[in-house]
Amino acid sequence: MFAAAIIALLVAMALVLARSLLGPTAYDRILAVNSFGTKVVLVIAVFGFMTDRPDFLDIALVYALVNFIGTIAVLKFMVRE
Amino acid sequence: MSMTLFWDIISWVLLLSGGLFVIIGGLGILRFPDFFTRLHPAGMTDTIGAGLILAGLMIQAGPTLVAAKLALILLFLFFTSPTATHAIAKAALRANLRPVLDSQSDINHAKTKVR
Repeated sequence: MFAAAIIALLVAMALVLARSLLGPTAYDRILAVNSFGTKVVLVIAVFGFMTDRPDFLDIALVYALVNFIGTIAVLKFMVRE
Repeated sequence: MSMTLFWDIISWVLLLSGGLFVIIGGLGILRFPDFFTRLHPAGMTDTIGAGLILAGLMIQAGPTLVAAKLALILLFLFFTSPTATHAIAKAALRANLRPVLDSQSDINHAKTKVR
């Protein structure tokens, strides 16, 4: 059942990645990459449960933090332009 | 029906519906017509998709430290995801990106609103 959730997340990640490559404006790309990061956090958490190693949750937590900070940093850079 | 099977079924339902919401959100981000409409599926995915999947994992973990970590991730996503979405929308609006509108009356309405 964990595998099904991971497959669903991977399909969604492929769709979002397509938007980040196609995206007409830079803001579409930032939005898609931010959403991609959230899905990576979920994949890490579910994968930790699937392989019986819940220590992965620490990595997921740090990834969520870094994803948020990265998005805000890129936006700060974009507004400055 | 044993108790563990009962909780397993609940957590499977949560995980699968979370996966379904995440796929629908990804489809929305890919297919919606302009940037401001794409904000909506992105926000939905981050709140309800992540919420359902993490709730399913929390039921699998039981009342342990692992569940506390999952709750922390959930809390963090609930705070940061709307903040990030809002910041992106504000930056796009400030860069003079405007929503694509259907009718002339909508456009006139938006012109009076956006200042």
